[in-house]
Amino acid sequence: MIYADNAATTRMSETAVNTLISVMNGNWGNPSSLYMHGQKAKETVEKAREKIAAAIGADPREIFFTSGGSEADNQAILSAVAQGKRNGRNHVISTVFEHHAVLNTLEKLKKDGCEVTLLDVYENGIVHPEDLEAAIRDTTCLVTVMYANNEIGTIQPVRELGEICRRHKVPFHVDAVQAVGHIPVDVVGDNIDMLSASAHKFHGPKGVGFIYAKKGIKLSSLIEGGAQERGKRAGTENVPGIASMAEALAESTEKMAENAQYITKLRNRLIEGLSVIPHSALNGDAERRLPGNVSFCFEGIEGESLLLLLDDRGICASSGSACTSGSLDPSHVLLSIGRVHDVAHGSLRLSIDEEITEADVDYIISSVREVVEYLRGFSPIWRDLTEGRKQFIL
Amino acid sequence: MSLYSEKVMDHFRNPRNVGVIEDANGIGEVGNAKCGDIMKMYRKIEDDIIQDVKFETFGCGSAIASSSMATELIKGKPVAEAKELTNRAVAEALDGLPDYKMHCSVLAEEAIQAALKDYQDRTGKTV
Repeated sequence: MIYADNAATTRMSETAVNTLISVMNGNWGNPSSLYMHGQKAKETVEKAREKIAAAIGADPREIFFTSGGSEADNQAILSAVAQGKRNGRNHVISTVFEHHAVLNTLEKLKKDGCEVTLLDVYENGIVHPEDLEAAIRDTTCLVTVMYANNEIGTIQPVRELGEICRRHKVPFHVDAVQAVGHIPVDVVGDNIDMLSASAHKFHGPKGVGFIYAKKGIKLSSLIEGGAQERGKRAGTENVPGIASMAEALAESTEKMAENAQYITKLRNRLIEGLSVIPHSALNGDAERRLPGNVSFCFEGIEGESLLLLLDDRGICASSGSACTSGSLDPSHVLLSIGRVHDVAHGSLRLSIDEEITEADVDYIISSVREVVEYLRGFSPIWRDLTEGRKQFIL
Repeated sequence: MSLYSEKVMDHFRNPRNVGVIEDANGIGEVGNAKCGDIMKMYRKIEDDIIQDVKFETFGCGSAIASSSMATELIKGKPVAEAKELTNRAVAEALDGLPDYKMHCSVLAEEAIQAALKDYQDRTGKTV
């Protein structure tokens, strides 16, 4: 099997698995208990907090553990909006192509009277900082922009956006689920006030993540109960998950430069190989994208059938077609960069990691070429396009 | 464990009756690219019997499988019988489709009806 869907989830690293098991086996106490066995678990949690803080340039007291990226996104947004409400501010700025953990939270807040501005991301999938500057109002209580997009991998000018927020004294939240562990993230240098991350995107376990909240930013808890996480997140800590996440992140951070260089080289090989397919196009900026992300649209075919046939050849990938999203519309991300429905249905996302080899990449290229050609062979749209009854878009 | 039944996957991987009939006397195209599914069905009808049927489909796995199964169910059958074929029959013949994919079988039924209507329009025969 060639796994090329690391934006969906990653394989746990050996270190992460071993840490998880060893904590479950021998270190299963409750961190809130005062006896040694409990305090040992507490120490494990605090050591993990330090490691995680170090990976993103934060202070350990600014890290709070959550169940994952979605919870962290929800908590960041709801906290800022609650705080804004106290100060008579109810306007949030985000982008059109955020993850649904952000967009659906904002949609819900709109019903409660919150005003939302979604910034355009243009054809290359990158926000223009001047658009943010223009959108900020006296009533803006939060700007939330993803570090890197989960579908097309484009990296946002976070530092510049953060600078603008600082100047206007507006809290800046960054959904960094796809970025942390893959590209350098420095909360201080990047002017970030709040950040979300998820362990299973960087070879850690599922069901655990964290939120960074800069000193002075008030977090409100989503879950009421005990005083864990200094009252910001009740519930007994997921000690094995937290410890395992910290090891996974430390490892990813340590190998980041080396991995990124290797993965980028193979990503470019993939892009080059797939670009040869006629009437295809790369989605998102060619340069400013995650090392492992390749996203394409192929005219005349539908993404789900492409994925199923790639699966038959042992390749795991994903698509933004309607059929894979469970709705009638293709991915909002592809629509946001101006791909029309017809084309967005024929999308393919390959997200590779350091496990992939050059031979794997060549196999993916030849497989995608063959499958696209095969599907086009009995696609009525392709016939209309090639026989001139319809105009090619790509 | 797979998203689809064995039968769906079989018809998806090895679709029957794929292609075009050059001298078709009934052609139906349904669906639209915006929604991600288009089925085009070609018929050769002689003596009220569907002598040959072929299809082209742009769509997901279940859309391709539904097209394939629909052509198998009507090939060599009297026109009147094809007219009665329901989407449910197509889905059942495929050992079922996930709920949110039932519209693929509806599309297959509509493609059959559209090709029949085209045949009527061309020949003036009522089916």
